[in-house]
Amino acid sequence: MQAAMSVVTAPPSEDKRWRIIQTTMRRQGYSPHALIETLHSVQAAFGYLDEASLHYVAQSLHIPLSRVYGVATFYNLFTLKPQGAHSCVVCLGTACYIKGGQQILAALEQATGIHRGETTPDKQVSLVVARCLGTCGLAPAVIFDEEITGQVLPDEAARRVKEWLAYES
Amino acid sequence: MNPEELHDIAVKRREQQAQFENRIVVCTGTACHASQSEQIIDRLNTEIKGRGLTKRCAISAGGCRGLCAAGPMVTVEPEHILYQGVKPDDAEPILASLNEAPVERLRCDTDAPFFARQKRVVLEYNGMLDPEEIEDYIAAGGFATFINTLTQMQPSNVIEVVRRSGLGGRGGAGYSTGLKWATVAKAAGQHKFIICNGDEGDPGAFMDRSVMEDYPYRVIEGILIAAYGIGADEGFIYVRAEYPLAVKRLRHALRQAEKYGLLGNDLCGTNFSLKLDVRLGAGAFVCGEETALMASIEGKRGTPRPRPPYPAESGLWGFPTLINNVETFANVVPILREGSEWFASIGTERSKGTKVFALSGQIKHTGLIEVPMGITLREIIFEIGGGIPGGKRFKAVQTGGPSGGCIPEQHLDIPVDYASLAQVGSIMGSGGMIVMDETSCMVDVAKYFMEFCMTESCGKCIPCRVGTAQMYRLLDKITRGEGTLDDLTLLEDLCDMVQHTSLCGLGQAAPNPVKSTLRYFRDEYLAHIVDKTCPAGVCTLHREAVSL
Repeated sequence: MQAAMSVVTAPPSEDKRWRIIQTTMRRQGYSPHALIETLHSVQAAFGYLDEASLHYVAQSLHIPLSRVYGVATFYNLFTLKPQGAHSCVVCLGTACYIKGGQQILAALEQATGIHRGETTPDKQVSLVVARCLGTCGLAPAVIFDEEITGQVLPDEAARRVKEWLAYES
Repeated sequence: MNPEELHDIAVKRREQQAQFENRIVVCTGTACHASQSEQIIDRLNTEIKGRGLTKRCAISAGGCRGLCAAGPMVTVEPEHILYQGVKPDDAEPILASLNEAPVERLRCDTDAPFFARQKRVVLEYNGMLDPEEIEDYIAAGGFATFINTLTQMQPSNVIEVVRRSGLGGRGGAGYSTGLKWATVAKAAGQHKFIICNGDEGDPGAFMDRSVMEDYPYRVIEGILIAAYGIGADEGFIYVRAEYPLAVKRLRHALRQAEKYGLLGNDLCGTNFSLKLDVRLGAGAFVCGEETALMASIEGKRGTPRPRPPYPAESGLWGFPTLINNVETFANVVPILREGSEWFASIGTERSKGTKVFALSGQIKHTGLIEVPMGITLREIIFEIGGGIPGGKRFKAVQTGGPSGGCIPEQHLDIPVDYASLAQVGSIMGSGGMIVMDETSCMVDVAKYFMEFCMTESCGKCIPCRVGTAQMYRLLDKITRGEGTLDDLTLLEDLCDMVQHTSLCGLGQAAPNPVKSTLRYFRDEYLAHIVDKTCPAGVCTLHREAVSL
């Protein structure tokens, strides 16, 4: 037990959410192949992967920081930047694309003044593009704060996002 | 778990089910879920309490009925009455109708071609099982095939049955599943892995999502049988993180199977053991390629490596590994249960069984369908799919995602099988089928897929990394009205180069959408280049280029 404890690195802060991440790593014996699961766990808890968390994961799993960074930047779902309070994910899968997903994205970009992949300066809204949500029956689809909405019209999407922006200001 | 225990669980659950006169099943697949199906369940539960029907009518969550565009779907048993577009407020009229005539305004005709023309093997339970209740699956005969196989068949016989059935890999390539299993079984080594590829990355494909969400136990049972056949003792189900519901249900199903002694050590009193776990992708299309997928499970960047060695010899951490697609595993149980002759009697000479397709795009009945191999594209699109809405004209159907091609009207009468689709320049692929009408510009569609491949290229090999980017630039130039005939020649040369020199399937197949649109819709390319117009009116062309 003592020996096992000594190899465990201390988390970057006192934040209780680190316990979830420690559980993920412990369940897989702090093995290097737990890396992707662990990064998922960090992102689920904190919303993004900051530098301190990458250092911590690298040390805990005995992997070079360069490899942790390599993996974190290779996969599209991982983000190294903090996300907005609200998220808006526009599906641009084939079915959504031919049913007007692009026009929805254009309307949202205009309404928020940001491009895909960016967050508004007031940190309220992040605009994300998805490859395919697998809900082609609802095309064109948008996820507003984890709620999948189907047959979305560009004006309607813009209105919902403007509500978020207006509400906060 | 032994056969008697399994039988007892099944009998007990069937008795419980028989206590109810009616059972109302509400689809809780991702699409219906998004259209408030949870609220419908809540309302139904409140209403049955209010009406004192709790002992007479059971409400349960179910899986996809297929007609996703008309969701949420609700089924009333035992009469098999199917309702579509149900709202929470409809709970009351539905319950009021239980002993009377069905609610006509919500009725969905199950004799319509959409249902009648399908042949359901993988989706045989028609969404009637609660995806989070292992007892429901056992009551419907689940896990009996696995236990029979394990206790009464030799591993080599299992492989032989699958080989004779003619089942081909449902990930798209169609390689004989039996031969693949035999290769892994023959590989030297005590420790072998089994992987279920649930990284359904093709945009416009959601068959595997649905199978994992609705029938997680069926997938697990298929994996168990395969693992016994090849001698694997550890496995992973690799699921894309974009499918949270599938991940949740698979994890739940694994826990329940472990609890019942259907996963773990020394199963059913034999020395066969299997440890199975879920691994999440993280949004990389290339991880659908088997060597990239294995790298991802190992916690690395998902870049492919050259084959050979094939995973069958040296796979996960260097051990012999079997990788099959979700739908392939879902076909295993009926094959072992009904026999290889039965399975081989469905389909065509060279392509056996059925195929699940995700039908979407400009089509009336968007949804999930399962059809026998050999059915024509025309039957799928115009009979099952109901044709094109809004009086528009059909232009093309896209199969195989970014690795496939666009098939025009003139080839709609070809049978759907691996060879015929390849002959017309597309592929079977994993099962995405996107219908396009006259409002789609085929050059724009080619550009769309090339942008996809360019962004998803892992960057390891140059032909794919640079080639897809160059092809995208040329297509972008053409759609802006700035292309020349020389650009078209260059594009065709690049198609050839990228196809023949890329390391993995992503790059090798990336030119397919361009090649097939050039083959059938060259006039649209020429309209953009020579006449500076987009016949479909999709592209914004620089008019000033005309005067040059």
